[in-house]
Amino acid sequence: MAVQTFDFERPILELEDKIETFRNEPDDDPNAGKNLRRLEKELADLKTKVYSNLTPMQRVLLARHMMRPRSLDYIQTIFTDWVEIKGDRNFRDDPALVTGLARFDGKPVAIVGQQKGKDTNENVHRNFGMMHPEGYRKAMRLIRLAERFQLPVVILIDTPGAYPGIGAEERGQAEAIARNIMEMFTIRVPLIGAVIGEGASGGALGVGVVDYMMMFENSWYCVISPEGCAAILWRDAAMAPSAADALKLTATDLLELQVIDESLPEPLGGAHRDPKAAMETLRQALLRQLKRLSAKSVDKLLKERQAKYRAMGVYAE
Amino acid sequence: MAWFKKQQFTALRATTPRDRVPDGLCAKCAHCGSIVLSRDMEENLLVCPKCGRHQRMNAAQRIEQLVDPGTFVETHATLASKDPLKFKDVRSYPEQIRRYQKRSGLVEAVITGRGKISGIDTSLGFMDSNFIMASMGSVVGEKVTRVFESAIENRIPAVVVCAAGGARMQEGILSLMQMAKTSSLVAKMREAGIPYVPVLTDPCGAGVAASFASLGDVIIAEPEALIYFAGPRVIEQTIRQVLPKGFQRSEFVQEHGFIDVIVQRADLKSTLANILAILTHQEVAPAPSASEAVG
Repeated sequence: MAVQTFDFERPILELEDKIETFRNEPDDDPNAGKNLRRLEKELADLKTKVYSNLTPMQRVLLARHMMRPRSLDYIQTIFTDWVEIKGDRNFRDDPALVTGLARFDGKPVAIVGQQKGKDTNENVHRNFGMMHPEGYRKAMRLIRLAERFQLPVVILIDTPGAYPGIGAEERGQAEAIARNIMEMFTIRVPLIGAVIGEGASGGALGVGVVDYMMMFENSWYCVISPEGCAAILWRDAAMAPSAADALKLTATDLLELQVIDESLPEPLGGAHRDPKAAMETLRQALLRQLKRLSAKSVDKLLKERQAKYRAMGVYAE
Repeated sequence: MAWFKKQQFTALRATTPRDRVPDGLCAKCAHCGSIVLSRDMEENLLVCPKCGRHQRMNAAQRIEQLVDPGTFVETHATLASKDPLKFKDVRSYPEQIRRYQKRSGLVEAVITGRGKISGIDTSLGFMDSNFIMASMGSVVGEKVTRVFESAIENRIPAVVVCAAGGARMQEGILSLMQMAKTSSLVAKMREAGIPYVPVLTDPCGAGVAASFASLGDVIIAEPEALIYFAGPRVIEQTIRQVLPKGFQRSEFVQEHGFIDVIVQRADLKSTLANILAILTHQEVAPAPSASEAVG
């Protein structure tokens, strides 16, 4: 399968092709080795240049990359003894979100992960990671279960939004999200979150009230998608790059706005270029934070969670 | 020479937003289009005498209708928006805010305070869709949060008249986080055993619907109000189907189990008073007669 690439990556790909051709056709030039090394250095420099100066919209595109690691990739790599738990006990199981029990570093945990697919078939099954109300209720069922048995909850966020559809509205999308947000303030175990791809609006926040929130550097988290914002403000979805700039939706921005607690570095070019490295980054961060949060008393945890969100917002008194 | 000379027209800008009933002699129903005397419409609490559609009411009109005369004390009236993202648009966010302030006479999209509903001391919030569609930015989130905090501190119930047409995009993620901030206080209200009754009015969607508007102990809505998470246009574009009649209106939402009481505007105050009195173990004061009701 061809790897999905973006326009801004074209110079890199062209150079990569050139090097590949060069390698495959060894000529008699005594300088061939030297030339190859020169080209490789050029490529490394170019990659650094392109990928360390990504615009917000380019990061949004990387966050949506078809091959970007999904929740289940992280779950299966950095956790052991994974048992998936299905269903909201009311209506059905929502495949756009996986929940389950596992061990992390040998210790029992619960996991909630918004799950996109990697091809069309899987995406249809997963509804592109867009949850229905029953998905939010399933998440809360798992979180309550975790609370009963004193398991910290790891929450992985990756959604282009809660699903806008007739059934979703009929079954109370607004209520499901609202209730989750409210109840997460009362959960008496550590909640730790990471945006691994897209964090779109209420769809993300509906499982996103946590004690510690991390975000991969090429993910985004905002009240609206850049396309949605551009369509509303300028009646032109093609203005999305301007909206992405204006909305301040990258990890760096959110760190500055004190909405998230940590930005996680990604391998050069995005998590999909070296998934193992991205997973190791998340594993290390989880290791640090779970240890820190588990050491706190429950009352302190709840008080700090409340205080953290109470302080969000900028206004003139 | 032409028999009928074309008159020269000058384009006049409307001085009031189109969705508001003008102060003129006549008012037009936003639903059935009937032209009725403004006085008749106002006497009928902005409910169309022809078709019964509840027109949008501003915060001042709500206060006048629901709060006992002379008892409303506004709080945090000067709390105003800043521009935390330095949002880049054709018009700057502070400039937009100023325009809306001028047009609506409001500082922001919600008025909060404390007052009596048929004698019951209540912590109050009134959202006003004349201000950027009552979208929730930091100020709305903060003021609504303080409505709940005041309710807990004074051990009085809270009522928030909710409206919202979308996200305050100009505040980006901070707009989203207001959902968490306000909802965290509803959690505290429940813990403290203080009743909270939201009144959902047309339109009530997006972040407000997906937070405090949906979290009341008892949820009241006005008839035929549009209540939703995703707006009808977004859904139509996604599923490429025409939406069923009445979709996302109060009656539809109630049928699906997410609204407790739908009440005509004329009965809203007495219904609220009744619910609040029962939940707080009080007696309802008899409604003052019209002659006594001088604010």
